[in-house]
Amino acid sequence: MAVISVRDLVVEYDGRRVLDGLNLDIDEGETMVLLGGSGSGKSTLLRQLLGLELPHSGSVSVKGIDITRCLPADLKLVRRSMGVAFQSAALFNSFSVKENVALALREHTALVPSIIELVVWMKLAVVGLAEFGHLHPQELSGGMKKRAAVARALALDPEILVLDEPSAGLDPIVAAELDELILLLKRAFQMTVIVVTHDLPSAFRIADRIAMLHKGAFLAVGTKDEIRNSQLPRIRQFLDRVPGKMAEGPTVTASFEQYLQGQEITQ
Amino acid sequence: MASIIERVGSKTLNQLEYVGGFNIQLWAGLRAIGTSLPILGNRYRWKESVNQMLQIGVSALPMVGLMAICSGFILALQGASELRRFGAMHYVIDLVAVGFTRELGPLLTAIAVSGRSGSAFAAEIGSMRVTEEIDALRVMAFEPIEFVLAPKYLAALIMVPCLSIASNVCGIFAGGLFMFFSTHLAPSLYLQYVLSSIQLRDVVSGLIKSLAFATIIVNVGCLEGFRVQGGPDAVGRSTTAAVVKSTFLVIVADVLFTAIFYMMGMH
Repeated sequence: MAVISVRDLVVEYDGRRVLDGLNLDIDEGETMVLLGGSGSGKSTLLRQLLGLELPHSGSVSVKGIDITRCLPADLKLVRRSMGVAFQSAALFNSFSVKENVALALREHTALVPSIIELVVWMKLAVVGLAEFGHLHPQELSGGMKKRAAVARALALDPEILVLDEPSAGLDPIVAAELDELILLLKRAFQMTVIVVTHDLPSAFRIADRIAMLHKGAFLAVGTKDEIRNSQLPRIRQFLDRVPGKMAEGPTVTASFEQYLQGQEITQ
Repeated sequence: MASIIERVGSKTLNQLEYVGGFNIQLWAGLRAIGTSLPILGNRYRWKESVNQMLQIGVSALPMVGLMAICSGFILALQGASELRRFGAMHYVIDLVAVGFTRELGPLLTAIAVSGRSGSAFAAEIGSMRVTEEIDALRVMAFEPIEFVLAPKYLAALIMVPCLSIASNVCGIFAGGLFMFFSTHLAPSLYLQYVLSSIQLRDVVSGLIKSLAFATIIVNVGCLEGFRVQGGPDAVGRSTTAAVVKSTFLVIVADVLFTAIFYMMGMH
């Protein structure tokens, strides 16, 4: 059963179409990886899934509630069932790591402080940061920040976990550790996981299904093997890391000539 | 010609959008302010309000006090240089006491708070926008207006009038010093003259202005922060804009309030 349904989603910025009629179903308990190059529309799609922006047309339903048209109270209810770890971690710098994780618990639940402290410790232990709860975000390394963001996302035991570029800016070993953590969390908590990434090894390690985005449209949505064996030229180019035309000599020369001509005209 | 009309139209629309955004934020802030009250509201917001009171009020006290002492001294000096010629030195006391209570105290305070705290609000919220902390708040089902703006607003509504009173006291004290050294007027007699020249309506009109100034400074500072788009340079621009716009609007509001009080016969 689909826990998230995207229907005919169109997003435009200043008349420029960024997402072009997307349709996608994400089933309960599956790990869906949104894969695509820079500027493909992954982050825009993610912001739509989180209800952070309104689309030009189309709908996004989470647990049967259309978050593009629902009341603010319903949107809050939907958001409480989602845990989000942003690409930049987005930890509150004025709070310690412990306070970051405790924030949603102390504000959205009636738990007493001692229980909150215990839950926070457990969440930090899951991501391997139990010893570092007293530190502030600026005292953590990049990988630790990402793990702290995951711990905060897990605070309310969400049904849906959303991770934006979890491996961006991390070395391969830390990135692989984070992949294993995602797999562990999925096994332990039976969550629906949505991961936005352009990191191929990570995507193929953690995904149940992959949705490949290119220029605001899905090139393919399928299992890991279906994507891996796809013969679509753009998918092959992405998977085989074939450089685009931008890096080809004649294109660079043509651009340079165009620039010089432009300079002459303006002078 | 068409491009001029286009530019004028675009600027007008931008200004209208700004005014609309300001009004929406103002009403949302007024609705959310209850959450920052002690006992009735959320205790974490109240704690943050107290923290903001220390930042906006207590930390600004030496600066505001010093500014008021200097201005009080200048006002007394300038007044005395003219009034001496007519043998009306005692009017210097009225000039300083009434001038500060009605006008200079609230205005000087507002300018100091705008420079110190208005810019800090814009920088803090702007940085939170850039680092996705505002988005993180929203996806954690928090209302940024309630979480970020309301404690600042409550703190400013309490501390700006308090600072204005402190500014009045310092300004009048400076006038007393001047009178003591220039005419050997006894401090007790000076105080007597001051109390007889100030009326309750002067104090009330000054405090009403202070509340309006606090509203302008907080809402402009926070709006500039919330409107930040892009990187750290945008945060810098928002900080400058917050100070410039709030100082300008404070002076405009001062003119309006003074005119209204004049027409109401309060002055």
